[in-house]
Amino acid sequence: MTEPIRLKTPLSDEDVGKLKIGDRILLNGVIYTGRDAAHKRLYDLLKEGKEFPFDIRGQIIYYVGPTPARPGQVFGSAGPTTSYRMDAYAPALIEKGLKGMIGKGMRSDAVKEAMKKHQAVYFAATGGAGALLAKKVKKAEVVAYEDLGPEAIRRLEVEDLPVIVINDVRGNDLYIEGERKYHKD
Amino acid sequence: MREIDVKLITEKVRDLCMEANTDLGEDVLEAFDRAIQKEESPLGVEILKELKENARIARDERVAICQDTGFAVVFIELGQDVHLVGRGLKEAIFEGVRQGYRDGYLRKSICHPFTRANTGDNTPAIIHTEIVHGDQVKITVAPKGGGSENMSRVVMLTPSDGIEGIKRYVVQRVKESGSNPCPPTIVGVGIGGTFELAAFLAKKSLLRPLGSQNPDVELDQLEFDILTEINKLGIGPQGLGGRTTSLAVHILMMPCHIASFPLAVNIQCHAQRHKEVVI
Repeated sequence: MTEPIRLKTPLSDEDVGKLKIGDRILLNGVIYTGRDAAHKRLYDLLKEGKEFPFDIRGQIIYYVGPTPARPGQVFGSAGPTTSYRMDAYAPALIEKGLKGMIGKGMRSDAVKEAMKKHQAVYFAATGGAGALLAKKVKKAEVVAYEDLGPEAIRRLEVEDLPVIVINDVRGNDLYIEGERKYHKD
Repeated sequence: MREIDVKLITEKVRDLCMEANTDLGEDVLEAFDRAIQKEESPLGVEILKELKENARIARDERVAICQDTGFAVVFIELGQDVHLVGRGLKEAIFEGVRQGYRDGYLRKSICHPFTRANTGDNTPAIIHTEIVHGDQVKITVAPKGGGSENMSRVVMLTPSDGIEGIKRYVVQRVKESGSNPCPPTIVGVGIGGTFELAAFLAKKSLLRPLGSQNPDVELDQLEFDILTEINKLGIGPQGLGGRTTSLAVHILMMPCHIASFPLAVNIQCHAQRHKEVVI
């Protein structure tokens, strides 16, 4: 197994082009949170031709709905939620310049196609490792939709957030490759 | 007749909600250790170690193991010689959930099905009550996450499908779930009863400690056979490929109608959280 690669956000086409499935990445810089309800609102803005509450170009969205932070804690437990529920919205966001998504679970063909076409990648963080992942968040603030509580869009500053490349820009899929490698008849 | 004030039940439910969400059972941690020994995928081993480390942080710092602190599923075994006094049992449990999720900094994850508006306090809770012999009350709180619950199914097989039909369906369900339910999973299986009872049995089977045997020899063998097939799939920890797709298969069974063969599969993520107390 190779050593993890440090990657700083925002991401360029060149940054994402170098990534390949199975790469272990330590993310640094700013990322945004968003899950079911926030995605629906962003999608509605897009349909109405309105501006997003943040510049999505080059950014990463982390599919997470954290627990409330305890006093003294920067951020509550923050593992990924299952990504397929965002599949209906993701291609449109990728087209707008989104470069990365962090979640867990397989993406639809439409999302994979959009990633290939517009140079974006999909990372997985370890589902259920919320306590560990929370410690990598150094700063957090709500940027939109505070009324959604855990589903609000937050701007996070992360240090060495551990993720794995699941889908690269060449159309490879670690879930498919991994299962194939270890499958026994 | 023994009198118990339901205030005590509120207090216990509050504490159990917080404990279950921060303190992963020793049986689960031991299952991780056994899996680390057997896992062939280096990335899979890394993930399993990460899950152990995550459990340690959660326990030491009293923070949630997973941000999905779940639907509060509460099992009550109420002794028939107990007289509960004070407000209604249901309200007392809801109040315990309310307090536990507030005081424990746990996520409120319950919403209106159509508007998706959050109820704000993680109620209602799901309550399963059973009247039993004796003068004690056993309370079990088992928070259930949405990701793995979404991969669960009830199916009405036909009697001719037989045991092979059960094996096929369960393994297929785990295969189709892939990486979604946060493998390594625990697979709860309910066989028999009616449509709703099969689902209840599947859920209840998850409360059995990991690594324990099924008291029914035939079911114990079936658990082993299904687990063996599941772990040939290659899905592995977090679906990244490997041997450890599931840590265990648990089965509960009861008689069914002569026309029926109900089967329920309740998938549980690796954060198999439940705590209990007897008062």
